[in-house]
Amino acid sequence: MTRDEAKNDRDDMLIDGPDYQNPNPNLISDGFNASYLKVYYSKLFPYSDMFKWMSYGNDGKHPGCDSSYFGRRELSFTLDNDIYLRFQSFKTASELESAVKEKCPFKIDIGPVYSVDPSKRHAYAQTGDNVFKPVERELIFDIDMTDYDDIRYCCSGADVCRDCWPLMTAAIKIIDIALRDDFGFNHILWVFSGRRGVHCWVCDAKARRLTNEQRAAIAEYFHVYKGNENSQKKVSLGGPGLHPFLVRSYTEVLKKFFEETYLSSQMLLSSEERYEKVLEMIPDESITSELRGKWQDNRRSSKEDTNVFRWGQLKHVLQSGKQKGQGLRKCVEEIVFSYTYPRLDSEVTKHMNHLLKAPFCVHPKTGRVCVPIDPNNCEDFDPTNVPTLSQLLEELNRESLGEDVETDLERTSLGKSIALFRSSFLQPLLKSCKEELEDSYNKKLQQSKDSLTW
Amino acid sequence: MEIVRSQRKISAGDVAVISTFPLYRTPPVLEVRLDDFELFAIDRLRVLKGISDGLSRGKKPDEIERLVNDLWKSHIRHPQASESETINKDIISHFVLRLVYCRTEELRKWFLSMETTLFRYRFKLEGFESQRAILAEFNLPYKAVSNAEYKSVEEKLTQVARSLGQSVTRSDDIFYKVPFEEVPELVAGRKVYVHKGHAYVAMNQVVSLVVTQFRSNLSKALILTNRKWTSMISDKEKNRLTPIVEALSTSYLGPDYSEAKGFGEISLKDLDRVANSSFPLCMRHLFDKLKEDHHLKHGGRMQLGLFLKGVGLPLDDALTFWKSEFSKKVGPDKFDKEYAYGIRHNYGKEGKRVDYTPYSCQKIITSAPGVGDHHGCPYRHFSEDNLRAALNKMGVSSRAMSDVMDKVRNKHFQLACTLTFEAIHGSSCDAGINHPNQYFSDSQKILQSKVLLNNPSA
Repeated sequence: MTRDEAKNDRDDMLIDGPDYQNPNPNLISDGFNASYLKVYYSKLFPYSDMFKWMSYGNDGKHPGCDSSYFGRRELSFTLDNDIYLRFQSFKTASELESAVKEKCPFKIDIGPVYSVDPSKRHAYAQTGDNVFKPVERELIFDIDMTDYDDIRYCCSGADVCRDCWPLMTAAIKIIDIALRDDFGFNHILWVFSGRRGVHCWVCDAKARRLTNEQRAAIAEYFHVYKGNENSQKKVSLGGPGLHPFLVRSYTEVLKKFFEETYLSSQMLLSSEERYEKVLEMIPDESITSELRGKWQDNRRSSKEDTNVFRWGQLKHVLQSGKQKGQGLRKCVEEIVFSYTYPRLDSEVTKHMNHLLKAPFCVHPKTGRVCVPIDPNNCEDFDPTNVPTLSQLLEELNRESLGEDVETDLERTSLGKSIALFRSSFLQPLLKSCKEELEDSYNKKLQQSKDSLTW
Repeated sequence: MEIVRSQRKISAGDVAVISTFPLYRTPPVLEVRLDDFELFAIDRLRVLKGISDGLSRGKKPDEIERLVNDLWKSHIRHPQASESETINKDIISHFVLRLVYCRTEELRKWFLSMETTLFRYRFKLEGFESQRAILAEFNLPYKAVSNAEYKSVEEKLTQVARSLGQSVTRSDDIFYKVPFEEVPELVAGRKVYVHKGHAYVAMNQVVSLVVTQFRSNLSKALILTNRKWTSMISDKEKNRLTPIVEALSTSYLGPDYSEAKGFGEISLKDLDRVANSSFPLCMRHLFDKLKEDHHLKHGGRMQLGLFLKGVGLPLDDALTFWKSEFSKKVGPDKFDKEYAYGIRHNYGKEGKRVDYTPYSCQKIITSAPGVGDHHGCPYRHFSEDNLRAALNKMGVSSRAMSDVMDKVRNKHFQLACTLTFEAIHGSSCDAGINHPNQYFSDSQKILQSKVLLNNPSA
């Protein structure tokens, strides 16, 4: 086997560690371990992109730059043995790089930018006045599939599959459109969380400077799901009509997704146990017993999908002219929202000092890289097809190892993800950061000029 | 503000009265008698405390509006007092309480929240013209939406109005277009149309704009006052104002139950027994769920964990207790790694080392339990059927039950809990339930006196 030989011949192999002494070196065993991660951090992790991103233009030569900016950002490392290092900070990309390579963290979390260097927070604490406080932080969202456990039948807990993942796709679409159209944000990064969810980073200067109260308001704006273990009603849509945001979410995303995909893929109305859960949401006994009567008699010859057919029946009964109550008409929407509307972990969004896992980390349980997701093509994203650590190493080994880290990266399947990160997020972001920097600098210049002439 | 001991009464001539609706932007330049200094402050505290109680009982906005009006009339605006006397009292009492409540983060938070609520409802009680005048006084840079722009968003504005159950908007309605950041509460409630970063605020919603301004001004002012107080005033006034100010702040806030008082410690072996006899429903539910599932999500761990701390469960016992349950589900190692930290944290042994206080009813009622969560207030968060079943299990009779459910339907969650307490203990609870740990200690008091009665030698 040529590849086998090639590898054994190579003395200058950059990949080392116990696994490479194993007798079958052409086979990289599946999964995740510290030595794989070391290679990933030495050859693939995009330090300079991360640094550029989180500097927001403050890393250049421009006289308006705040050179302390990146150094005031908290990063935290979770190490192999569950040791948790908070309040790490770095002045430059290379400082970050050497720390990551040295410590080889299983997880890197990103915190806020503080008023002062977080690693020196104790020195400032002495002064009494509380000067150590978060001053900037991306607006973040965390959506986790476990929060959908009561409405998905294919998987539960940490598992996801192609049948339930579209819930995340719907969530991305709804939140992404609203962040852009309603709130006017432009620089939004969506990232696969590595296992069963997605993270969202809103990076506009305006978003980074929101107060906790304003963050909470946005979280609440998105918060429709009110269910808990002890109540039947799962969503609260407000008064007799729907707010324009909910109208758009319903007509542009949820209705189609529910009726054309989710209803059938989860077989929501096929079995008694499942349709009873839907009927629970209809507060009118006579209607539920009418539908139950139709559905218990299971003989139907039509080729049409049972779920779709029954959904048609349900809508007909609820929306027919004889139902005067607004409440009942709204039931159809309530059911659709209950099953498909995004469920956010709003605590993450509400507080500036909440930590969130950095993009391009590797999930220790799945070995998958937290890659960006393109919101415009989020239907095409397949979580089971995301590059894993072992796959990336194999790709690295397959080809001859180049000198240049850049080309190593492009050769692997991670290359595409990095390219997406740059083209759809980083470049437009840095362009507008530069403009803002220029703008505020000129204003300051003008001001000092004015005061001088005066 | 000058404080004098003289008996001279404040007369209208001492201050130029401009508006009947002060924004408290500058401290008044007038003399105040020392007795008034304290008396006015106490009267205003009665108003604020009344509002706080009303909010924690889950009163609806229109009920709060009436409450504020009543409290204001009975404590600040005495019928015999002239308009200017009332205004002076309003301003003086506000500034005295700033001194009282500027001194810790927690005090500031409470004061800010109550003063803002008071301001909000007083503003709402003003007439349209007066509201516009106040809006102008804040000097906000917002212009009304032009007719052409109105036309372009009319459909959306109508949708919003309909979603709020209001009559459809008309083109002569005034809307202000403001950055959404300025009206967080309207955004949070989806009460405005939000487009490209701007919220369209209707004239009848400008109260939110004004309140945001008021709140942020007051918040800044409190921090400045605190700085001044600690650096200068407190020392200079240590024989005169300082004792009054310090007494005012402690005399009125209820106990926070951060330390178990009166019963000493509860040990692990007694836990099941007291859970059955003296835990309020919210805690009993969490306790039972923990025993059943051997797990609770974060909100539940916080609510029950801090309560148990307040009840007097020592840290070591708490660790043993949580570990014995969680181990059955996640194993002892995972418990030590992932959960033990949180429990030590609650007891102030990790992180910022703050000794956290148990949650009050208000905090629990306003929490938002989600999927898999069991915390929250059962009277608020349970469906009617589940609540009935739970009360039944607690031994509430069917007659008492209907009274409890009645309170629940009217959103008087704490009164419902009070009635449950009375039904179970067979004795009245006049103060009402405001805190789960108060429920516990009141219950223990009653049970211990019963033990003494039945068994005097014990």
